[in-house]
This record gives sequence, structure tokens and C-alpha cells, in this order.
Amino acid sequence: MTPAQRRWVFGLAVAGLAAFYLWGLSGLPGFGDYPGPYGFAVLHLAVQQTNATGIVSAINFEYRGFDTVGEEFILFAAAAGTAVVLRRLRGERERSPVDQAADHEGPPTSGAVRMLALLFTGPVIVMGWWLATHAQTNPSGGFQGGVILATAFVLVYLAGEFLVFKRFSPVALTDAVEAAGAGGFAAVGVAAVPMGVAFLTNYLPLGQTPGAVSSSGTIALISFFVGLEVGAAFILIIGELLEQTLLIRQGDR
Amino acid sequence: MEYFPFVVVAWILAVGLYGVVTSRHLVHQIICLIVVQSSTYVLLLGVGYVTGAVAPYYFDVPNHTPAVDPVVQALALTDVVVEAAVTALLLSFAIQAHKRFGTLDPQELASLKG
Repeated sequence: MTPAQRRWVFGLAVAGLAAFYLWGLSGLPGFGDYPGPYGFAVLHLAVQQTNATGIVSAINFEYRGFDTVGEEFILFAAAAGTAVVLRRLRGERERSPVDQAADHEGPPTSGAVRMLALLFTGPVIVMGWWLATHAQTNPSGGFQGGVILATAFVLVYLAGEFLVFKRFSPVALTDAVEAAGAGGFAAVGVAAVPMGVAFLTNYLPLGQTPGAVSSSGTIALISFFVGLEVGAAFILIIGELLEQTLLIRQGDR
Repeated sequence: MEYFPFVVVAWILAVGLYGVVTSRHLVHQIICLIVVQSSTYVLLLGVGYVTGAVAPYYFDVPNHTPAVDPVVQALALTDVVVEAAVTALLLSFAIQAHKRFGTLDPQELASLKG
């Protein structure tokens, strides 16, 4: 198909899409006029039922916890898929990340970049950890915290070298943490079954103060496991991608 | 202006789709796909918005204050995570495609077999 033909087909498809979109829009309530009963029911009940003040976390890890198990395993599968797709293929060999051409060294990392990256690493870890452990309180949670924790390792890579990044995040350890995070979530859910209640029922004590770190039972625990899983998954994905550019070379080149 | 956010959604979606269709580079195409998906965030958050309501967090506002719909916000969070995962996987496919065919132009990739 030539580009011109393709644009023609695209134009037709967009015209159809626009027609259906406008049709659908005419049935929507106006912006700011949301009537949805489900969300409002959750808003009214969540604090009494779960002692969590972060209602979005309460939905993610309690009311729709079953969905979130699936979501977490999507991420798990994607990290595994990236590792499989980027494996060393036939005819490729891994090179040591030490520069092979000593007389053609790339420019060294500038002092400013090293300094800033090192300066940010500590606060970023604290922030990621705080976010992963405060899902029950405010707009935070395992997903956000995990991604920010993974960022700290990218800062290590920026400040140092790939070798340092690998030393801080050995694949075996990252794999184990990822598995512990994903398995921990499932285990917290399954543990409800022998107690005679449904999968992912909140069976832990809910605490006294709504929104306190000790409140909300399984919500806080699941969020923590999700943080581990997400952080480890992103470190694995980033490591795989970096390895492609830095270590793996085609056959004889 | 009652429907303006939904018009923005349609615009982001259309721009992203146009990029996907006319792209001459796989990485560019993947980024356009991210743009397409971004329209769903705006749609989800726009659908759940309630005029004059607070964010669905009762940490420093009294319980039962009118808040925007939290369910669509949870869905948007799911959306972001899935997008990040899909992007990583697509980028690794792009790396392997480049290794195998020596090009990232979808036009040329389509004419190569094997």
C-alpha cells in the first residue's frame, strides 16, 4: 500500500470514528456533571469500611483488588517478555562492558551530572519508599512508589557506570524481589481463603485512626508488595535495555 | 464549553493515530501509540469530574465532602501501568527488528520477509 492510499484509508476510518464519537458524546452527561452511582457509593463507604483515606488506593487494593492482581501480572509478564525478547541470540556474544578500544574512549560523565545524580539518589529512594508505604493515606501507592524507587537505580547508572548499576541491582536479586512482590500480593489474597472468607478479603486489623500508616489492614500490605514488584520489574526492564546497547554485539563486529 | 475536555480527547486520539499511520520510524510509531493512549487518561478523568468537588482523599478534608469519582481514577492508574509495560515490550521488539532487518522504517519492514 502506498502512503497516499494509506492516508485515504485513514481518512475514511477517522471520519467513521468521528461520527460514532459525536454520536456517543451526545449521550454523555456534560463535563462536571457525573452521575455514576458506583463511585459515589464507594466514596461514602470507603473510610468506614477500610479506614483508608486514600479512596483510589482503597479501590485499587480492596474493592477492585482482583483487577489489580491481573494488572500486576501484566507488568510481571511484560518484564519477563522483555527479558525473553532481548535474550542473547545466536550469533551474538556478550562483551564485557569495559571499553574495548582504549584509545577511543567516549567522553567521561561530566562532574555536574555525577554530582546531581548522587545528590538526588538518596531523596528519591526515601520518596519512593514513602509513596509505596502510604497508599492508605494520600495519593500514593505501590505503583507510583515502585517506579520512583526504580528511578534511583537509573540515577546510579547516570552517576557511575553500567557496572555499578549492575552491582547495585544484580539480576538474581531483582528477579527474587520481583517474584516476592508479585507472589506476596497473591499470597495475601489467598491467605483469606483458609479463614473461610473470599479471596482478597481485608482480614487484618484496620487500626484506630483513618489514614494512619498502621490503618487499612491488607491495603497497606498489598501496596507495599506492589511497590516491590513494580520497582524490581522496572529495574529489570531498564537493565535489559541498557544491556542491549552496552554489552551485546553482533557476531564479528 | 460543556464538552470541551471530550473534544481535547478526540484531538489527542486523532493526532496520535495520524502519527501511527504516517510514521516512518518504529520508535516514533511507538511514541505515537503512547499519545493515542494518553487520550484515554483525559477521557477517564474527564468523565469522572464533578464540578466543585475535591480529590477523593479524606486525609485533610472531612469525610463525605463531595469528591470526584475515584473509580475512573483507579482505572487511569491501571492504564498508565499497562502503557509502561506495553511500551517496554514494543521497544524491545523494535531493537530486535533493527538487528534482524537493519531498518526501522515500517514501510521497508513490510516489504521484507523471513
